Amino acid sequence: MQWQPTTSHQQRLARADLLHQIRDFFYTRQVLEVDTPLLSRGTVTDVHLAAFATRFNHDSSGQPQDLYLQTSPEFAMKRLLCAGSGPIYQICKAFRHEGAGRWHNPEFTMLEWYRTGFDHVQLMHEVDALLQHTLDTEPGEYISYQQAMIRWAGLDPLACHKPALLEALTTHHIDIDEPDSLTVDGLLQLVFSLVVEPQIGQQVPCFVHGFPASQAALARLNSQDPRTADRFEVYYRGAELANGFYELSAPREQRQRFIQDNALRLTAGYPEMPIDEHFLAALEAGLPDCAGVALGIDRLLMLKTGASCITEVLNFGIDRA
Amino acid sequence: MANYSTNEFKAGLKIMLDGEPCNIMENEYVKPGKGQAFNRVRIRKLISGKVLEKTFRSGESVEGADVMDTELAYLYTDGEFYHFMNNETFEQIAADEKAVGDNVKWLVENDVCTITLWNGSPITVTPPNFVELEITETDPGLKGDTAGTGGKPATLSTGAVVRVPLFVQTGEVIKVDTRSGEYASRAQK
Repeated sequence: MQWQPTTSHQQRLARADLLHQIRDFFYTRQVLEVDTPLLSRGTVTDVHLAAFATRFNHDSSGQPQDLYLQTSPEFAMKRLLCAGSGPIYQICKAFRHEGAGRWHNPEFTMLEWYRTGFDHVQLMHEVDALLQHTLDTEPGEYISYQQAMIRWAGLDPLACHKPALLEALTTHHIDIDEPDSLTVDGLLQLVFSLVVEPQIGQQVPCFVHGFPASQAALARLNSQDPRTADRFEVYYRGAELANGFYELSAPREQRQRFIQDNALRLTAGYPEMPIDEHFLAALEAGLPDCAGVALGIDRLLMLKTGASCITEVLNFGIDRA
Repeated sequence: MANYSTNEFKAGLKIMLDGEPCNIMENEYVKPGKGQAFNRVRIRKLISGKVLEKTFRSGESVEGADVMDTELAYLYTDGEFYHFMNNETFEQIAADEKAVGDNVKWLVENDVCTITLWNGSPITVTPPNFVELEITETDPGLKGDTAGTGGKPATLSTGAVVRVPLFVQTGEVIKVDTRSGEYASRAQK
């Protein structure tokens, strides 16, 4: 049995240091550290996010309940915001029922924070400041999703249809069987991951904002250009490091998106997921204007220590869990 | 042959692609936080030797290839086939010209080669990293050139041509690195 950790002691020290730096950063900025449960009755409906499920046999209702391990602490933290918590952050485990790889482990450590009164632009600048604080980076570069796709893939993501996307696969030598069966968003993600990502954020962190409205997730649509969402992602040296939103606060629109997601899930052959009614009830009570972001701490640590595989920064990756 | 899901992909796994057995050289899991998961794979086709990149949807399955490596000693060629023997079982296998390819110039009797079999038939023959061959022809060089600067071409008994230092002469046996096709040293007597 390979029982030993895959980290060096140096790596364990680096993690402790990094966590200290992060807590220091938020303490100085008077953002409150909070703690929310990993298990939840409701879960995400995203087509491409799968939660681990478990069975709770001791529910006070007398009936066994399905509980889900969180894919991020987003719903619970927004409930705190609705309850008047003010700016908050959390460092916690998140779980995604998907494969492991160089940058991926199904169980990982996430830093998530919310800033009341911020929009996504202000929050991008705060993420930039955190990266400068922890990784000693130079100030980041900012580019819209549309500009990035036009520049690196020769494709306008807001004005293209499937044939142009399929052609882009050929142009960029992406060989996949039956590309026609991929959705427009699937094709966009493929081109972005394989063509754009390797080009951006090599010197300084790259903030990509204004994702297509169809990939809004929990971000509000842009008030000037509703073809785009106020969602951003941060890329640095090959890692997709963080994902942030100017948070959608309209309960009816949020419920509509969950229902839409579940319909897409059915079309794709995945099961519908139970909507988090606690979260929607909190939105009804009112989410303060805020922006939030989730950042992968293991990836941040990989970048900080120059690790080439996530198992170098995890004591026990999924294969040794 | 079993099917493999993308979860099982790793370097060294043999799969079928376009009807040809292939070796996975590298596998990268690509999964945007909010997007579809793919596996980006670098593959070597084992018959044509072509290297290519292919993208799979994560969770997809592909057919495995029944490919195995075996260590066999080279015996002789009858002009059409190259005959190899398992030194333990004395079982013999014949590989055709296509399987031997350019490596024909490194085949030395009794040397143990790696023969890759697909469904039991040889598809590639890999010679040992170093072989010893006699020089059949090279220009007489200046004696005393031990630095090995410059060098000169030498034809070996199999027809292979390698650059050798000036002090090495016709009739000598030299050691050659078959991976680079470069002279390594004079053979140990």
